[in-house]
Amino acid sequence: MDLTFTEDEQAFRETVRRFLADELPQDLARKTEGGWHLEKEDVARWNRILHAKGWSAPAWPEEYGGTGWSPVQRYIFNEECADAWAPILSPFGLSMVGPVIYTFGSDEQKAKYLPPILSGETFWCQGYSEPGSGSDLASLKTRAVRDGGDYVVNGHKIWTTQAHWADMMFCLVRTDTEGKPQQGISFLLIDMTSPGIQVKPIITIDGSHSVNEVFFDDVRVPVENLIGQEGMGWTYAKFLLGHERTLIAGVSVSKKRIAQLKRIAGAERQNGASLLEDTSFRNRVAEAEISLQALEMTSLRSLASENAGKGPGPESSILKIRGSELQQTISGLLVEAVGYYAGPYELERFEDGWNEEPIGPDYAQGSMAMHLYGRASTIYGGSNEIQRNVIAKMILGL
Amino acid sequence: MDLAFTAEERAFQEDVRSFIRDNLPDDIRHKVETGKTVEKDDYVRWQRILNGRGWLVPNWPTEYGGPGWTAAQKYIFATELGASPSPRLIPFGTSMVGPVIYTFGNAEQKAHYLPRILSSEDWWCQGYSEPGAGSDLASLKTRAVRDGDHYVVNGSKTWTTLAQYADMMFCLVRTDSEVKPQQGISFILIDMNSPGIDVRPIVTIDGGREINTVFLDDVRVPAENLIGEEGKGWTYAKFLLGHERMNIAGVPTSKRKIADIKDIARAEADGAGGALMDDMTFRRKLAETEIKLQALEYAELRMLAAESAGKAPGAEASLLKIRGTEVQQAITELTMEAVGYYANPYVAESFQAGWNEDPIGPAYAGPAAPVYFNWRKSSIYGGSNEIQRNIIAKMVLGL
Amino acid sequence: MDFNFTSEQQLLQESVERFIQDEYDFDTRRKLAGSDDGFSRDNWAKFAELGWLGVSFSEDDGGFGGGPVDTMIVMEAFGKGLVTEPYLPTVVLAGGLVSRHGSDAQKADIIPRIVEGELMMAFAFAEPHGRFNLADLHTTATADGGGYVISGHKAVVYGAACAGKIIVSARTGGDVRDSDGVSLFIVDGDADGLSRRDYRTVDGLRASEVTLDNVRVGADAVLGPVGGALPLIEEAIDYGTVAVCAEAVGAMKVLHDATHEYLKTRQQFGQPIGKFQVLQHRMVDMFINYEEAKSMALMATLRVDDEPAVRAQAVSAAKVQIGKSGRFVGQESVQLHGGMGMTDELNVGSYFKRLTMIEVLFGNTDYHLNKYAAA
Repeated sequence: MDLTFTEDEQAFRETVRRFLADELPQDLARKTEGGWHLEKEDVARWNRILHAKGWSAPAWPEEYGGTGWSPVQRYIFNEECADAWAPILSPFGLSMVGPVIYTFGSDEQKAKYLPPILSGETFWCQGYSEPGSGSDLASLKTRAVRDGGDYVVNGHKIWTTQAHWADMMFCLVRTDTEGKPQQGISFLLIDMTSPGIQVKPIITIDGSHSVNEVFFDDVRVPVENLIGQEGMGWTYAKFLLGHERTLIAGVSVSKKRIAQLKRIAGAERQNGASLLEDTSFRNRVAEAEISLQALEMTSLRSLASENAGKGPGPESSILKIRGSELQQTISGLLVEAVGYYAGPYELERFEDGWNEEPIGPDYAQGSMAMHLYGRASTIYGGSNEIQRNVIAKMILGL
Repeated sequence: MDLAFTAEERAFQEDVRSFIRDNLPDDIRHKVETGKTVEKDDYVRWQRILNGRGWLVPNWPTEYGGPGWTAAQKYIFATELGASPSPRLIPFGTSMVGPVIYTFGNAEQKAHYLPRILSSEDWWCQGYSEPGAGSDLASLKTRAVRDGDHYVVNGSKTWTTLAQYADMMFCLVRTDSEVKPQQGISFILIDMNSPGIDVRPIVTIDGGREINTVFLDDVRVPAENLIGEEGKGWTYAKFLLGHERMNIAGVPTSKRKIADIKDIARAEADGAGGALMDDMTFRRKLAETEIKLQALEYAELRMLAAESAGKAPGAEASLLKIRGTEVQQAITELTMEAVGYYANPYVAESFQAGWNEDPIGPAYAGPAAPVYFNWRKSSIYGGSNEIQRNIIAKMVLGL
Repeated sequence: MDFNFTSEQQLLQESVERFIQDEYDFDTRRKLAGSDDGFSRDNWAKFAELGWLGVSFSEDDGGFGGGPVDTMIVMEAFGKGLVTEPYLPTVVLAGGLVSRHGSDAQKADIIPRIVEGELMMAFAFAEPHGRFNLADLHTTATADGGGYVISGHKAVVYGAACAGKIIVSARTGGDVRDSDGVSLFIVDGDADGLSRRDYRTVDGLRASEVTLDNVRVGADAVLGPVGGALPLIEEAIDYGTVAVCAEAVGAMKVLHDATHEYLKTRQQFGQPIGKFQVLQHRMVDMFINYEEAKSMALMATLRVDDEPAVRAQAVSAAKVQIGKSGRFVGQESVQLHGGMGMTDELNVGSYFKRLTMIEVLFGNTDYHLNKYAAA
């Protein structure tokens, strides 16, 4: 038993680090560090750079364009990317629909969709939640009715992140209303430029536009856009949820944020000393740091088990819950750290080309934006309540 | 809106305060202050002193012996009593079965039992929970079968506090198993000296011996010991649960204990040349608990005001129970933390009144851990805090 | 990165776990805790026979050459059985100090006898007014002739009553709380001038107040550098802390499983109480806390041989997590067991009490949080 990385792994880390130092555009790193929402082109640019190196989808099998790295190497890669403030790539193609396509898709679907996902040429979005189907996703009502060589889709999806950027949507639709709700669901790929699709923005509490409502009015989708079999959509969706669990905790990014928090708290003054010298504040930062260590060790245990080919153990189920809670704790501390200057809030600041002096320290506004938008992390991707239900049922058998 | 008491109320407060100061026996006060076991005789003596002044049952109507106080007076009395190092008043007679008897009992029952509660001649215990019926109390199985002018009772009751001292038990029994569970329950009064009763102690994790299991084997109970109607026991039990909300939160006692923690934290070293009271981390936790207690106090005062204005109190009392017990538990945790390593020595005999050896470590350290362990019960008993939250969800929030 | 046990470690784990399962059930433990010694000398002989007492000592000193992971394996299993035998004071604390810093003569005298089960030891490091500060010492050792005269009062010394030798920290110089001037002495348990007040502890173990009144020892009783022993003490306490973290993980596992089982079997309102979502989520939070504690105990075990600054940070982080998780798991186990959780008859209370005292031992959560944050 030991916690050290092998020489090969350390050499790998060096390679990644050098690549990032050479290739990561500094303007993107600054935006990421500042907690800004990135533009589509920012994400696409970084995706292209990674793709040129062959690193845009480390977890994919090599035959589809993956790197062939071990789970430990992927972990190191992730850590280094976070450490350099690299932007997070859009997960909908690379981490979500990609694996579904190469696992359940036909040869034609693989050939058509995987390459532009790798290169960042097509952006995807996820059509899961509906106004009446949140935690109870299986109750979804968007209908797809077969009509000749097409499905005709009618319905309404919501909380669709990046739908306004997306070329394609992977979508859960109801193809059968008989039998158990889960059994009537199919997994469809929908071209977002199809007639009858309307995307309406939802502005979130941080003032940003990331999520949307998507309306479908007699949208015709070719039958060849069905993944796998009709009625098996729920199975594919569950496969997707179980994918890449060890990275879901966001340990590396949280580590980086804690370092940022300490820097900020070290710069903030109170009673003639830095905020970091305040025992109460300092101890709360320390508590977050210790929780993060526990999360990291739990991730590593899970990773080691995956590395050994055993698949993630039961401990991996806690990663989403604790990971998201911790992100919120840290962003809450960031906001506390900036004091009164958490208040001023000018959305224009986040736009390219804004050149005025910030009000208060320049780190203040991003902290608040992150804090507000970060409240979503315990809600999305299966709320933490649903996660606890899943553990109670699947792991504890209650 | 005014937070201040009137001049009369302040005078009353002074009255109560000086009465307690002058009449609480020193030996009893000493036991309470040092965490020694309070014996039956101590409880009875103190109750008789209060009764002598007419103050034992503040909530009873005057015709049955209550003092006829206003809501504010009752509050003041409870506050002063809780803040003093006096033994808690055993609630089973005065706060629980007494009100049931004067509300639902017949004239004979009132004439017989109420004076004996006032004089502490009868010590009561509560026969509710059973091994299989805890949170789901209505599933209780102890049967009472009518046989001539008696009921014959068979079953077992558990978690029966101080049953070893009891002369009487008020007991929920099943008299009908054909109807809905709640409708087949009756409320009867059982003489604990009846043949067929066996009281066995349950030792708790702190080493305490306050609770018991009571086995009832063909116990014959005169039919006249039934309260009200057969099958109405659930109604009387619910009435009883809703009664005597006052002081359910234990605010005055918690205040006194926070003052004790401060004394301890001033006496304990912080390991850096100062006192534990100088330690920011400890102080912060203490302050948080104190603020929680203040919020609780004002919640109680708001309910008191509503009650004085004639609004019947509702399920909000569950809030007082939840937060009250949480604060009590936080206080026992802080006390235990404050004494450091000396939480650990456990000398069972040291809790007896006659123990004269030097304590191990400071005298205040001895009870710290046992009290902490003992108070874990408070979020379980009297309707667990989970059940209390269910009540708020259902009755207050309509969920 | 490797989280696998070696085959020797697997065998060790199997043998200790089997012993706990077969020969250390809760009633046996209860009887042992209530006996005169508070533990079984037969068990101690068995530990020696099975090699557990020597597992962490080097082969040169007469041990079996294991390391912190082996100690973790033993302590985690002992936590599951709430073992009362004085393994922590004898092997982990005192034995560890001698093996790391003893003279050749001290090692030759002591380690083989520990390994054989002939010698039990204790470590008297705490004092009544020092709280968790290891340098806050009023006990003094004054050079006299070729040796030292020691006087003072050591607090809550686990395992002192059965100890043939007690390692005592005392001041040979400096002021109370100075880093310099702290020394360690190996004192015979029956030395003239040493007296004990023995007592039971709330978690079912035995400890003593140890008073030294002009106890004379020779120069050969000094362990480590005169006046420079504080780093040794800190290191020993860190090793002890890592060991009790593992013990706590074992204890939490038992509470987790017992509560889990209770939720599945206890019926109220016509169904197992584990069907209520409120209680399911509480159980999930116990599960999360247990997994976090296990991760951190492992982390500290794998870091305890590192340089002092890294070691101390890792140990404090682990102790904070174990303190919080242990309190949560302990309290919730009692709560979810309802009245049964309050009874002395059920094992839950005993595990809860041990976890509570582990939180205090070697510095409580606040102490370690402050230490971690200030570093």
